[in-house]
Amino acid sequence: MADGNDIRQEIRDALDVPCLKPGAMEGTKPFIAAPEHQEKLGFPGELVPDWKERALAKMADLAAKNRAFQVYLDTCVKCGACTDKCHYFLGTGDPKNMPVARQDLLRSVYRRYFTFAGKYFPWLVGARDLTEEVLNDWYSYYHQCSECRRCSVFCPYGIDTAEITMAAREILDEVGIGQKYSNEIIGKVKDVGNNLGLNPKALRATLEDLEEDLEDDTGISVRLPLDEKGADILLITPSADFFAEPHIDGLLGYAKVFHEAGVSWTLSSYASEAANFGLFIGSYENMREIALRIRKAAEDLGVKRIVFGECGHAWRVAYSFLNTLAGPFDFLDQNYPIPQHILEFTWDEIQKGTLNIDKSRNDHITLTYHDSCNVARASSMGNMPGGQFEIPRNVIKAVCNNYYDMDRDTIKESTLCCGGGGGLLTDDLMDLRVKGSSPRMRALQQVSEDHGVTHMAAICAICKTQFSKVMPKFGYQMDSIVSVHQLVSNAIILTGQETEDEDAAPNADAADAAAAEANA
Amino acid sequence: MLSTLYALLFYFATILLVVGLALRIRKYARTPAPLKIPVAPAPKTRTGVFWRMAREVGLFASLFRANRWIWLFGYMFHVGLLIILLRHLRYFTEPVWFWVKIIQPFGVYAAFAFVIGLTGLLVRRFVVERIRYISSPSDYLMLLLLLGIGLSGMGMKFLSPVDIIGVKSYMLGLLHFRILELPTHPALLIHLGLVAILMIIFPISKLLHVPGLFFSPSRTQVDDAREKRHLAPWAAELEK
Repeated sequence: MADGNDIRQEIRDALDVPCLKPGAMEGTKPFIAAPEHQEKLGFPGELVPDWKERALAKMADLAAKNRAFQVYLDTCVKCGACTDKCHYFLGTGDPKNMPVARQDLLRSVYRRYFTFAGKYFPWLVGARDLTEEVLNDWYSYYHQCSECRRCSVFCPYGIDTAEITMAAREILDEVGIGQKYSNEIIGKVKDVGNNLGLNPKALRATLEDLEEDLEDDTGISVRLPLDEKGADILLITPSADFFAEPHIDGLLGYAKVFHEAGVSWTLSSYASEAANFGLFIGSYENMREIALRIRKAAEDLGVKRIVFGECGHAWRVAYSFLNTLAGPFDFLDQNYPIPQHILEFTWDEIQKGTLNIDKSRNDHITLTYHDSCNVARASSMGNMPGGQFEIPRNVIKAVCNNYYDMDRDTIKESTLCCGGGGGLLTDDLMDLRVKGSSPRMRALQQVSEDHGVTHMAAICAICKTQFSKVMPKFGYQMDSIVSVHQLVSNAIILTGQETEDEDAAPNADAADAAAAEANA
Repeated sequence: MLSTLYALLFYFATILLVVGLALRIRKYARTPAPLKIPVAPAPKTRTGVFWRMAREVGLFASLFRANRWIWLFGYMFHVGLLIILLRHLRYFTEPVWFWVKIIQPFGVYAAFAFVIGLTGLLVRRFVVERIRYISSPSDYLMLLLLLGIGLSGMGMKFLSPVDIIGVKSYMLGLLHFRILELPTHPALLIHLGLVAILMIIFPISKLLHVPGLFFSPSRTQVDDAREKRHLAPWAAELEK
């Protein structure tokens, strides 16, 4: 099996379009969820006998409940604008990874059963019967989409393949063939409170260890509070921040910022997870159930504000959906955004001048910034359009001297997915993940060549885990991916901290990256 | 005989077009959008969304970013079509509105833009591997249908003129439910027949992209989820 090592040989332009290789990724699919994991989420344990009827009924149900799904099924004119926009197509050449072709796997069935033309002239409009073969194609190719929405930016009608993919995954769950990785993790959140299945005791021990490390490093007692009632701020962060590199260094960064800002804050063991994989499987009900845990934690702890740590899709769910799923939040302090991103918080503090920053502590590296897809295209920050692009860059530039952007066509709203988003961050899809990351990696190689960029910063737990895994295949060190708050952490001089001449760069520990695999 | 046939065809086509489109639009309008999903760069105000949509509808802004060739041919075709349609109002109005008279001279250029644009799109469908892969027979036929309308129309303008006065009185007659004599010019009969087909298939084909664009949540939603709670009626039921 290709492990991606071959990709290094062909450094081309990041967005070079490959020739079509039909069937190239046909066999690729993630493990199917076990019955117990399915049932915990309210889905049938295995493929039901009347799967065809149930799939079509679910399709009709979704079309009636979701305007985007209905409109996007009807509207595509096959103009081809999106055909070269998906990183998985660019990386694999499989034509079914072109956004329109991916949508058509489902649209062709929609046409066959729900439109006049497809019912009476199927050959004319490319309508297909729903067969087992089609179902297999769905399972395979709707798990080769990271729901990153890049195609939607370029579509003249804004057709969002993520909406189609989510619907397809929901239909698949409904007939009993869910994806192991996502559904197992959702079960863990429901049981334990986080994706890792980390229980409150273990979490407390981890945080205490980190507090000790911080004190050893800085000589200052910086707290990482857990379940402290009456704190002002509830921090909701991906559980990878407790375990994986470079995520942990980001968590230490948040703690230092809160410490210097002089606010009281706490983590919650009940809602010890920002991630919400309900999004990935397109399940409103599951997404809502997970989101409500955050509301409950906020109420139980009596906090005034909710702040989210660095996590891409979690920030989409937080920024765009939390108010819908778990609102209204009238019990929180209305003077602050609900919820707020840790970068909004840190940027405010930087502007207020509360943080003592020594930028030279990041002089040993040269940075670029990877816009995580869900932050860049599906959310915002601050109160002006484009804040999600500017605020992270502002913070990085405030704590680093050496910064260069990658090619404009590969950043901001045009950013390329890391290759592991949308529920694909699982080892059984490693080949796809490496190929899907190749456009991003080529853009990075370009900026390394032109400006000597050594490290890439990101604000998404999935991006960080994915990159620490795939970057070595493209000639980078595993620790070339860094958290934005890791850079902040490097540069902050805590009040009372002795500043001797020391090399302040913490070394990312490679071994921990693997722990994040089951997580993000 | 032929006059009656075409009259019935056009009444039939008009009813299908209007009713079909109205039903579809009603469906889109009534289907709730459960979540806020505007795609960046997303405006934070209604006014911002208005300008975003104006750029999409008037300039095909996203398509321009995506692919300059598709944009060029698509834009030529659509702008050509718009001018042609407006110019054709003179067959349905008496006296002809003054602004229709003003755009009259541009109609000829519009016809060429229309045909060149469509030809470009058709050639791309055959030549570009990726687009050939995603094309169904209906995608080619749709372009051929529009080309047929354009070329038959141009034939009457440049090669073999038709009794325009006669056509106009026939059309004005239809508007008043009176069937007058339709000139029996082959190009005219082809032209009108293809137009009727286009009207009939409009609400049951990908031509639904016209109303669809105005109901696309990724484009039409305001990015204000944190400030305003957005809740679909069926989702509100879950909270009870």
